[in-house]
Amino acid sequence: MVKNKVIVVGNGMVSHKFCEKLSEKSKNFAISVFGEEKHPAYDRVNLSKYLDGVAAEALYLDEESWYGEQGIRLHLNKRITHIDLENKLVYTQRGETAAYDYLILATGSSPFVPEIQGREKNGVLVYRTFDDLDKLRMFASRARHAMVLGGGLLGLEAAKGLLDLGVEAPGVLEFAPRLMPRQIDSAGSRVLAEKLEAMGMKVHLGKQAVEITGKDRIDGVRFADGSWLPADMLVVSAGIQPRDELARQAGLQVGPRGGIVVNEFMQTSHPDVYAIGECALFENTVFGLVAPGYDMAGVAAANLCGEKKAFSGADSSSKLKLAGVELASFGNPFGSRSVVFEDGNRGIYKRINLSADGTKLTGGILVGDASQYNMLLQTVANALPVPENPEELILGSKGTKAASQAAGLDMLPESAIICSCEGVTKGRLIEAIGEGCETFDALKTCTKAGTGCSGCVPLVKDILADTMKKQGKYIRKSVCEHFPYSRQELYDLIKIHEIKSYDEVLDSFGKGEGCEICKPIIASILASLWNEMVLQRGNDIAQDSNDRFLANIQRGGTYSVVPRIPGGEITPEKLIVIGKIARKYDLYTKITGAQRIDLFGAHLNDLPLIWEELIAAGFESGHAYGKALRTVKSCVGSTWCRFGLQDSVSFALEVENRYKGLRAPHKIKSAVSGCARECAEAQSKDFGIIATERGWNLFVCGNGGLKPQHAQLLATDLDSETCIRYIDRFLMFYIQTADPLTRTATWLNKMDGGIDYLRNVVVNDSLGMAAEWEKEMECLLGAYRCEWKTAVETPEIRRRFVHFVNSPEEKDPSVAFQPLREQKMAGAWPDQNDR
Amino acid sequence: METVTETSWFLACRVEDTIPNGGVCVKRDDEQIALFYFSRQDRWYAVQNECPHRRQMALSRGMVGTAGEEPKVACPFHKMQFSLASGECLSGGECRLKTYRVKVADGNVFISKN
Repeated sequence: MVKNKVIVVGNGMVSHKFCEKLSEKSKNFAISVFGEEKHPAYDRVNLSKYLDGVAAEALYLDEESWYGEQGIRLHLNKRITHIDLENKLVYTQRGETAAYDYLILATGSSPFVPEIQGREKNGVLVYRTFDDLDKLRMFASRARHAMVLGGGLLGLEAAKGLLDLGVEAPGVLEFAPRLMPRQIDSAGSRVLAEKLEAMGMKVHLGKQAVEITGKDRIDGVRFADGSWLPADMLVVSAGIQPRDELARQAGLQVGPRGGIVVNEFMQTSHPDVYAIGECALFENTVFGLVAPGYDMAGVAAANLCGEKKAFSGADSSSKLKLAGVELASFGNPFGSRSVVFEDGNRGIYKRINLSADGTKLTGGILVGDASQYNMLLQTVANALPVPENPEELILGSKGTKAASQAAGLDMLPESAIICSCEGVTKGRLIEAIGEGCETFDALKTCTKAGTGCSGCVPLVKDILADTMKKQGKYIRKSVCEHFPYSRQELYDLIKIHEIKSYDEVLDSFGKGEGCEICKPIIASILASLWNEMVLQRGNDIAQDSNDRFLANIQRGGTYSVVPRIPGGEITPEKLIVIGKIARKYDLYTKITGAQRIDLFGAHLNDLPLIWEELIAAGFESGHAYGKALRTVKSCVGSTWCRFGLQDSVSFALEVENRYKGLRAPHKIKSAVSGCARECAEAQSKDFGIIATERGWNLFVCGNGGLKPQHAQLLATDLDSETCIRYIDRFLMFYIQTADPLTRTATWLNKMDGGIDYLRNVVVNDSLGMAAEWEKEMECLLGAYRCEWKTAVETPEIRRRFVHFVNSPEEKDPSVAFQPLREQKMAGAWPDQNDR
Repeated sequence: METVTETSWFLACRVEDTIPNGGVCVKRDDEQIALFYFSRQDRWYAVQNECPHRRQMALSRGMVGTAGEEPKVACPFHKMQFSLASGECLSGGECRLKTYRVKVADGNVFISKN
């Protein structure tokens, strides 16, 4: 049969989605796509990653070959300059013509540059394509005063890009009195601005630029209030302008302020011509987000296939991460009857707006923590009733978190759109789960939910878990495709069957060859259960890279070495040994945050030699490379300090020496402080001990890092022996039940009943496990041996510490260093384009 | 059209020098080649040792495994994954590894010269 010819003008994200949808639905179309850029469609949402060093190719939505595989002809570097509606032809800039039966305009938008005097000057840039970013990079390398015009989403992304390029204090100029004026309110803007300024940006609000000054090249910006700021580059990010020039020229109807007018089927004023994405004007609105664009692509594809699918508009609800700050705005962000929560300390601002009678949610704003976005959006979209105390929506209820969440899911009607990119409803998800999609991956493949912006993934997972539970099915949190078991199930199986090697576990309970997910999980379980040397019994190949070479791999392929310095106490003799070794092997030395000394830049071949010398001087492995006990930090305590209540150093030494080598689902850090002044920062550790007049207070499940969280008080005024007993129980409970790579803080956050439940288990022995756990801990600790000692003394392990198997003496010649003050650092990442 | 050419080989190492279900790095002049042995299936794979993502000589130290039937290795630096059969990047990247053929005779492991 003769195929209908479809021509798509433009090759951006929406164009790509259209191609995907249409070729998936029907093979009866011959599709040709014309893009004016030299790149095939790329992920413009994540464009700023390009400034971060990600290759352009890595941002392509699909390789060029994908189009061919779908039977689509892709023409890059070809701009369509003219449409002949009567004869159904398009013309390229080179005068070539192509005929169509249906024409899809997906021409997108261009950056809107307001008519400011001097805007043509050299150094005035925009931010939309790879080419734009290349220019920006060039100017940024010489810029002393870089400015961004526009404090909206794109403007802030551009400012972050400048910061990443090493530009000092890039300025953000916003006409409105607040940042992101369309999405957030003044209070939200204030919290956001503080965070951005802390990162090094300079925010100027209420500034209306009237002139760009300078001769040929920009040297500053003058404002309506008469003030002037120096600027040697200006990135204009003041909004978008639909690319409707082709449509306009062809005589298609366009809006008074731009945009190609379309109906609900995405048809323009000419029924065979469609417009989708940012160039389309639907009910007087241009949608500048990707989700509605994808939605339009689906609608247009469906209509071409004869289905009468309609686009129903979209609101501008969105969640994003800007310069590391989570932001969300949903429904009507500026409604009245608001409930507001602000934590100036952590930089969190949340606002929800209620209907006049206070029973429905109408919209809101989240800055700094947008974890509740999905549920709030659903509450608005489906007009769910709000709880009696609406603040629970943003603060969480006092009761158990899991229960309130499940109740929230139940309230959602089947028609609730969960994945707006793909238009997948809750009903469709439940149906697919019923048909056997019982893992997230299966559900994703079958329904396409979560394949777009992936913002709905947590909610899809919750619905999966909830539905499975309701169907009386046990939810398999299987670790990966090779094992149909959760970590906890594997832990029990390996324990009951007393298995000691990864290969045996795979042969007994798994299939295939394993992978980088299950191997380290099982290696960690084996180490937690038996505490055998991790490189024996063939378990070396199952260890994460750092565990496999008992050192931390660094840029360039060398390793860092961290000897254990318990409690941070070290003799002058040992300091001298470390200094001598560092000098001999030419290592960069630095004091770590954990009161130890890190030696960087060791060649793989040198590791056994270095450790031989360290061990001879009485050092042991510090396990800095392992998911294991790291350090027990201490302040000097009562032995010297005039405030000290207890001997914190001696207790830290006792605790560190007790648990050294203990492997767990994630790393474990600890500290002991000699008094409530807390110089050892014990409340940021997995378990922290603080001296009191009568003994020790024990805190658990604290965390520094990405999501800092204070530890919570588990028990007070303990004697040393009881304190250790509680830690034994706490750690065994954690090791046995935590999910892979879950720190104690997250483990506790997920625990029903929280700290009260944990206290009941550890202190009151509510599970009746205390005696068994204490016994198991004794066995584990009894099996401790410094693994570096075993490694250097065991020839079959030691011979693996070489770079070339066929030239064992030779070090990796690709390793390079560069000088740094009086020491050195790893060479830069090699350029990825110079090959 | 396929041209049939005689493959030429070089001696990489002895079988007992390799690591079952793991990798070693082989030097050939200025080239670094990662050699992997999947002992359950008795299959050998060789690819360039350099991970094209950040150009680190590290793939021989990566963890091997399978995705379905596809044999793969994950780079220790940023967990980029590559098929050991085709060299294709399985983490959505554009890059591809150079692959080599491997044969074993009398306990010696040979890798193709190109």
